[in-house]
Amino acid sequence: MTQTTPPTAPSPLILERVVIHHGEQPLVAVDARIPPGEVLTLMGPSGVGKSTLLAQVAGFLAPVFTATGRIRLGDDDLSRHPPERRRLGLLFQDPLLFPHLSVGGNLAFGMPADGGRRRRRQAVEAALADIGLAGFADRDPATLSGGQRARVALMRVLLAEPRAMLLDEPFSKLDAALRDEMRRLVFARIRARGLPTLMVTHDRDDAEAAGGRVIELA
Amino acid sequence: MTPSDLARRALPLLLAIPLALSFPAAATAETSLPEDWDAIETQARGQTVYWNAWGGDAAVNRYIGWVAERMAERHGVEVVHVKLDDTAAAVSRVIAEKSAGNVDDGAIDLVWINGENFAAMQRNGLLFGPFAQRLPHFALTAPDDNPEMRTDFTLPTEGFEAPWGKAQLTFYYDAERVEAPPRDMRALLDWAKAHPGRFTYPLVPDFLGSTFLKQALLELVEDPTVLAEPASDHEVATVTAPLWDYLDALHPHLWRQGRHFPASGPELKQLMGDGELSLAFTFNPAEPAAAVADHQLPPGTRSYVLDGGTLGNVHFVAIPFNARRKAGAMVLANFLLSPEAQARKQDIAVWGDPTVLDMDRLSAEQREAFDRGDANPARLPPEALEKLLPEPHPSWMEALEAAWIARYAKG
Amino acid sequence: MSGFTLAIRLLPRLTILLLVLPVTAGLVGVVAPAFGWLPALGGRSGTLAHWQALWQAPGLADMLRLSLVTGLASTLLALAIVVLFLAAFLETPLFRVVRRLLSPLLAVPHAAAAIGLAFLLAPSGLASRLLSPWLTGWTQPPDFLFPGDPGGVALIAGLVLKEVPFLLLMSLAALPQCQARERLMVARSLGYGPVSAFAKAVLPGLYPLIRLPVYAVIAFASSTVEVALILGPSTPPTLAVAVVRWLGDPDLSLRFLASAGALLQLAATALALLAWWGAERLVRRLAAGWLIDGGRRRGEATGRVLGAGLTWLAIGLLAASLAGLILWSLAAYWPFPAAWPSPMTLRTWREAADTALEPLRHTASIGLGATALSVVLVVGCLEAETLRRRPLRPGAQLILYLPLLVPPVAFLYGLVQLQAQLGLAAGWLAVTLGHSLFVLPYVFLSLAESYRRLDPRWGQVAAALGASRAATFRRVRLPMLAGPIAVAAAVGFAVSVGQYLPTVLLGAGRLATLTTEAVSLASGGDRRLTAVYALGQLALPALGFALALGLPRFLFRHRRQLLP
Repeated sequence: MTQTTPPTAPSPLILERVVIHHGEQPLVAVDARIPPGEVLTLMGPSGVGKSTLLAQVAGFLAPVFTATGRIRLGDDDLSRHPPERRRLGLLFQDPLLFPHLSVGGNLAFGMPADGGRRRRRQAVEAALADIGLAGFADRDPATLSGGQRARVALMRVLLAEPRAMLLDEPFSKLDAALRDEMRRLVFARIRARGLPTLMVTHDRDDAEAAGGRVIELA
Repeated sequence: MTPSDLARRALPLLLAIPLALSFPAAATAETSLPEDWDAIETQARGQTVYWNAWGGDAAVNRYIGWVAERMAERHGVEVVHVKLDDTAAAVSRVIAEKSAGNVDDGAIDLVWINGENFAAMQRNGLLFGPFAQRLPHFALTAPDDNPEMRTDFTLPTEGFEAPWGKAQLTFYYDAERVEAPPRDMRALLDWAKAHPGRFTYPLVPDFLGSTFLKQALLELVEDPTVLAEPASDHEVATVTAPLWDYLDALHPHLWRQGRHFPASGPELKQLMGDGELSLAFTFNPAEPAAAVADHQLPPGTRSYVLDGGTLGNVHFVAIPFNARRKAGAMVLANFLLSPEAQARKQDIAVWGDPTVLDMDRLSAEQREAFDRGDANPARLPPEALEKLLPEPHPSWMEALEAAWIARYAKG
Repeated sequence: MSGFTLAIRLLPRLTILLLVLPVTAGLVGVVAPAFGWLPALGGRSGTLAHWQALWQAPGLADMLRLSLVTGLASTLLALAIVVLFLAAFLETPLFRVVRRLLSPLLAVPHAAAAIGLAFLLAPSGLASRLLSPWLTGWTQPPDFLFPGDPGGVALIAGLVLKEVPFLLLMSLAALPQCQARERLMVARSLGYGPVSAFAKAVLPGLYPLIRLPVYAVIAFASSTVEVALILGPSTPPTLAVAVVRWLGDPDLSLRFLASAGALLQLAATALALLAWWGAERLVRRLAAGWLIDGGRRRGEATGRVLGAGLTWLAIGLLAASLAGLILWSLAAYWPFPAAWPSPMTLRTWREAADTALEPLRHTASIGLGATALSVVLVVGCLEAETLRRRPLRPGAQLILYLPLLVPPVAFLYGLVQLQAQLGLAAGWLAVTLGHSLFVLPYVFLSLAESYRRLDPRWGQVAAALGASRAATFRRVRLPMLAGPIAVAAAVGFAVSVGQYLPTVLLGAGRLATLTTEAVSLASGGDRRLTAVYALGQLALPALGFALALGLPRFLFRHRRQLLP
């Protein structure tokens, strides 16, 4: 575990009658409350708007869509913040490690900008050790294996001290053995930190591993 | 506001441009030039004069550099040579300035100009003057005895330009390859038949190309006197028929069978240097000799003028109507006419451009400066330049150019 | 709104504002005289007489045909060579060799390449000299019509030579964006030969990324003046050359005709673009079945041979043209059929060195100024697109590209008038702003696709990690796009270095640059001096390209994914 702890007590993630329209047509509607440490899974085939909903929560809704309803984190109305102020941890199916930064640089990128250079470096080292990659700080991300990249991506998100997690098909690109290992790792960290989590997937095993409620979209 | 909104809002502003186009300089600029020459020289002191002149010849550029040094020393005038590939660029600038209503702050102070450009600029009120008579050295050209100092292209200059140097159509050939060069236009046709692909002329309406047409017409026409009159007074097709017969016969024996023409006189020279041509011509009598010295032409190059004489003219400098430093420009134009500057210009080692001064107006000492080193074999003997033919009326040239393009340039 | 967001919001407007006035002034300066309006030359009423004169201009149909044919044929050939080369050699050692050769070749100015090619292939040229008299028996140059052939073959060859390096550079910048390596690996693993794999798996992703540069090539090739003057036919010439001749004619009344001709040239360029666009759609439709017909190895050998042959031919011709220029710069009198100038002399170089220092300084300072301004504006526009998540309006893009489409000679006249109206003194600022007008479109089209295709999730990841918009721009997008930005800047710098007319007209000729010196000297027909200046003109952009290609590779030498 890292030494950093969330500065505020975890709050639930609340989606109040959120409806996303594409033009005049309603695309997806969700009304849900996700308590801290729990994972709400949105399931459904591609194209039903799962990822669009996630984009709305994160603040990246494309201009062709419109959304109604409110999204809150505890009492905090997220729509009042630009994406970078929402402090939501976002994991995609690709690890998306910045290719121009080292592994350590990727981790430091997400860390709050306090603490001296040495303390940040120590935090990075510790975080790497935590995921079994001690000594990898100066490596080029391109030299990492798929599983190593996925772990670095998760740790980068956690070091940013998110208040909730958004997972977009996070395990779909991993091979079977790796997938189980990453599921265990991700959900264990989420529970340990008490982060409310919204996951979209089309893999039923993901939903089972998450152990939370499942909303089927069609 | 999006960019396209912005474009819409900017529209009223843009409409102002064509409006502004409608308010050109109605009259030529008021000149606060003093009457007295000494006062002009005083006013010129400290001015920077931008002289737009063709920059295609390193020797000419060096000569202009020397002029700039002397002008700084003698008159406290800084001369900047603005090198052009074509006078048209300078003309464009003056027209644009006139369109924009700039009547006294023009960027060009003096421009080296040929007859065609002069006629067009003068017709459109783009020149300042008269000023030539006010230059003290202008008298040394003895304009009353030498009418070509006051006419350009058969048009009176009316003092809107000052003479600078002389040009005459001069043929040159490589003596290593050519024993007896043709001495007139009919001989040229026979020569071309005997030496296919070794002669051509620049693409009409290049100045030198058009001059070749005029030269041929002068020799081939039945009655040359009609050419002194405007073309509209005569049956152009009948008068020029011998020329087209001649060219129809000549073209198959030209370089590239007359299907492609070099762009200009300098390109003609380059083709001589490459050995593609054996015979060529130029408007600058000193050019062949200078080019041999500059390794551009074969050492065996010789120059001559056709037996019946060739076309010649004077080249001038003029001041745009809106020039900012007119006093400086006049002092410069006067210096260019000084015996010192003219003698140096005529020196084959410097440039070799013939002087416009009348030797009778000079002192013996001054004359001596003009008699330097005549030993260059590529050079034309000075007496050859006396066989000068008068220019036809400009309307003939326009008619010839249009007809030539319609006959030969449409593919 | 943060200062950064505000600045980024304002930059596209500033760009359009900076462009719209000169572009419109330039256009008005063409349109008004074409319809008879130019009071400075006595044109005070609207008339169609100049259009009638234009239709009756001898050889107009041939001029149009030449412009269209040479423009389209040279673009098609250049694109074919680039595609065949990439298809045959992507991911091979030869590929890296060609990359290295690219920067000096790209930097060769159009006019210099044309002069070099003309000297190489002319009857008295280097090739003929090398074979004479021992093989051909020629002691005097033969008389065949090349360059300047009526069909425009020499012109097409010259354009192809110049455009192949440009399109190759644009493709190289785009390859990583379309995941060429992965696409190629997938297709190869499915049993496709290298050429088929590239054509069927990579090209459909690559072409959309280089479409804008291809359009720029068409626009340039169908309206070029300098290359057509040197290599094109003269009776009649291409339309653009005819327009320049009319504009430069001492008879000022021809300027009306020239303006009408310039508008016709604009239409001709538009027609060429339209034809290409139609062909694109046709090819897409025809190729749909071919892409998935399962053919894996058809034409492999032919493709490889053609790719290698044409690439080496192009590189060889360009290199030989350059070698010819170098020889001329060292030559004294160099008669036919000597293949080697003797004696050799440094005289021309020494003469040039005396006068070239200040032009060199002007060239560099104007080029750096115009490039810096253009890069800032273009990056600002593209970042604004990213923030707003939609591209610039088509109208704004048109304004951006118009300076490329209108023949500069005609366009500049209105620009100079605007300068005089605004009272902007002829000097560094005016020239630099004028250059920017022509530099900016090239920077935009070099960079736009790379910027737009950058995976938006990079920005989302950064924002989700708490990075502000400014930080995301500065710490994520800017470094990830360092390569394409550097290349775009180098292209822009090269464009600036090559400008002649804007420098002369807007600077009133007072700022001598290497190009103004070279062009004015070239008009005197001394090939030695022309060669020296052409080589000097090449040196600065070559340095720029070397830095653009080398610097990111050095900075990111430990970041494999960023290396193309």
